[in-house]
Amino acid sequence: MTYTLNFAAVWRSFDLLLQGLALSLGLALVAILAGCVIGLITAFGLVSKSVLLRKAAGLYVTIIRNTPILVLVLFSYFALPELGVRLGKIESFVLTLAIYSGAYLAEVFRGGLIAVPPGQREAGLAIGLTEMQIRTSIIIPLMLRNVLPSLGSTMISLFKDTSLAAAIAVPELTFEARKINVETFRVIETWIVASCLYVATCSLLAALMRAVERRLAVPR
Amino acid sequence: MTNLLEIRDLHKRYGTVEVLKGVDCAMRQGEVISIIGSSGSGKTTMLRCINMLEEFQGGTIAIDGQEIGYETAGGVRRRKPEREIARQRAMTGMAFQQFNLFPHMTAAANVMLGLVKVKKMGRDEARTLAEKWLDRVGLLSRKDHYPGQLSGGQQQRVAIARAIAMNPKLMLFDEVTSALDPELVNEVLQVIKALAEDGMSMLIVTHEMRFAYEVSSRVIFMNQGRIGEEGNPREMFLKPQTERLAEFLKTSTFN
Amino acid sequence: MDFGFLDQLWVARIPLLKGLGVSISISLLSIVVGTVLGVFVGLALTYGYRPVQWLVRGYTDFIRGTPVLVLVLASYYVLSTVGIDLGPFQAGVLALAVFCSSHVGELVRGALQSIPKGQTEAAKAIGLTFPQTFAYVLGPQALRQALPAWVNTAAEMVKASTLLSIIGVGELLLRTQEVISRTFMSLEFYFFAGFLYFVINYGIERFGRYVERKTAVPS
Repeated sequence: MTYTLNFAAVWRSFDLLLQGLALSLGLALVAILAGCVIGLITAFGLVSKSVLLRKAAGLYVTIIRNTPILVLVLFSYFALPELGVRLGKIESFVLTLAIYSGAYLAEVFRGGLIAVPPGQREAGLAIGLTEMQIRTSIIIPLMLRNVLPSLGSTMISLFKDTSLAAAIAVPELTFEARKINVETFRVIETWIVASCLYVATCSLLAALMRAVERRLAVPR
Repeated sequence: MTNLLEIRDLHKRYGTVEVLKGVDCAMRQGEVISIIGSSGSGKTTMLRCINMLEEFQGGTIAIDGQEIGYETAGGVRRRKPEREIARQRAMTGMAFQQFNLFPHMTAAANVMLGLVKVKKMGRDEARTLAEKWLDRVGLLSRKDHYPGQLSGGQQQRVAIARAIAMNPKLMLFDEVTSALDPELVNEVLQVIKALAEDGMSMLIVTHEMRFAYEVSSRVIFMNQGRIGEEGNPREMFLKPQTERLAEFLKTSTFN
Repeated sequence: MDFGFLDQLWVARIPLLKGLGVSISISLLSIVVGTVLGVFVGLALTYGYRPVQWLVRGYTDFIRGTPVLVLVLASYYVLSTVGIDLGPFQAGVLALAVFCSSHVGELVRGALQSIPKGQTEAAKAIGLTFPQTFAYVLGPQALRQALPAWVNTAAEMVKASTLLSIIGVGELLLRTQEVISRTFMSLEFYFFAGFLYFVINYGIERFGRYVERKTAVPS
């Protein structure tokens, strides 16, 4: 093996990688926030009394969960314009990731919803709260506490999925890494640094979620 | 004068199983009525119909002359709008077997929730009222504790405070001591007794025969979805008129 | 979809079918290799000596913290740089297998650790050695526990196989893109490819449910 490690070239482009990481985080943040809204609505659909709502929500989740995200990303960027929906790269990707994450988050939230004892709703009804008030003051707060651990891992895996944006040339971390790889030929260094950035960010996110979990834990 | 509670020919089915087969019952302001009977007799179901936690298919329930849950227009019976039902539910207060305190809220916040969200009270006013009622059930010192930090008896007392703070016309107690360790039963019964002495109108589903005997102005014995017998506790417990009640009392313990 | 699409689909049937075959090969190979690796990873995480545990924990944490696409790209570019000349197919399968192994490793560890301590103690009490305990008591219980999730991992690998299109492996998605660049029917062909993936994964998902029912301990 005649290859010697030399990080100098990668350090020179480190700013690019950091910018890429910032964009990755930005994409993830917007997509997951939108995904949480979609997921929450879908989750209530999944546990709804109405068969129609349950079926509709279930169909959405099943389709998304069983389709590769890369196909979805390419589909919305290259095929949707044929239907008259023309979006920029970033918008198209964020939209795709939001819809994609919505399905996974819906499953997470559903699990949390069915873990809230029915007595909680009844107690809310008994003091005269409306169904909406019960949802916002009782069920959603309890559900969120139930799901925090799996919510954390879902968010981390969605953050990693932002790497797929590289496939449509969104200049996020993976795209920048590949560019530096091709331009500098410092192959090993580039990928070590890029992976480390991902791993570090994921660990940071995990630590953040654990802190939130501790913060929100109900004292007993 | 209209009765506080008037139930007429109440019918309730789960699918094809009829659990209430025509219950009639009238209750005056200030009465304390205990409902006894074996499990499956329909006593809890009847209680839950009064605040529409259960739907019912026939008959009417009225509180203060107001029909609960359903309205009949042009011969068609339909469920009232959710908002209206929510308002009607606030006329009654309910304490549950499993307490059902909101685990993510302190004792005070549990009591305040309905005051703020339903009664649209300001937070300060709600807090003052919550503290007053927590004091009444002897738990003012625990107002900032979470349910998980309280014993079962304490949780049930908070739950009673939460219901009573809403100033209901009628309190419903659904086997409130059944989930408690024996040594915690008494503190809860004391709270209910004190409320009875204050003139609160109460419907109490219970297995505690001695308590029912002591606290009630009237006792209703439910049997197979109907009222099997009713009367004042002395006569009921000492001279049961029906075979069924005599049988039931024989298998219950007085302590 | 008009006749134009069906005509084009017929014209493109051979490359698409070949692509599908490649996708399935990628998935199967990476699942098999990844599972074998993953069982060792899981055993090391549960029963390994401390330093071994740390080492393997570092491996899985690193793999699980890195996007699969980065693993695929890194495997493709890095291996050739250090003189291991693998084609994109082998490099890609290797990356997916490594990814799979970290997931299977966690599954195996989780399953083994979820078995109550009393089971090992009971086995010891009747005089079983550790290998015997593992073979007759722990292994079967862990297998039951891990099997449904393992089937889901298989579906993950099918989905991840699409990433190999980015390094030029002629699997279903790349073949689809090639057909699109010739026919400009992106809507129809992406939809078609998505549908094929859906059918495969939905089948796996249903199978997973079936396995879950079958492996549930009667109670």
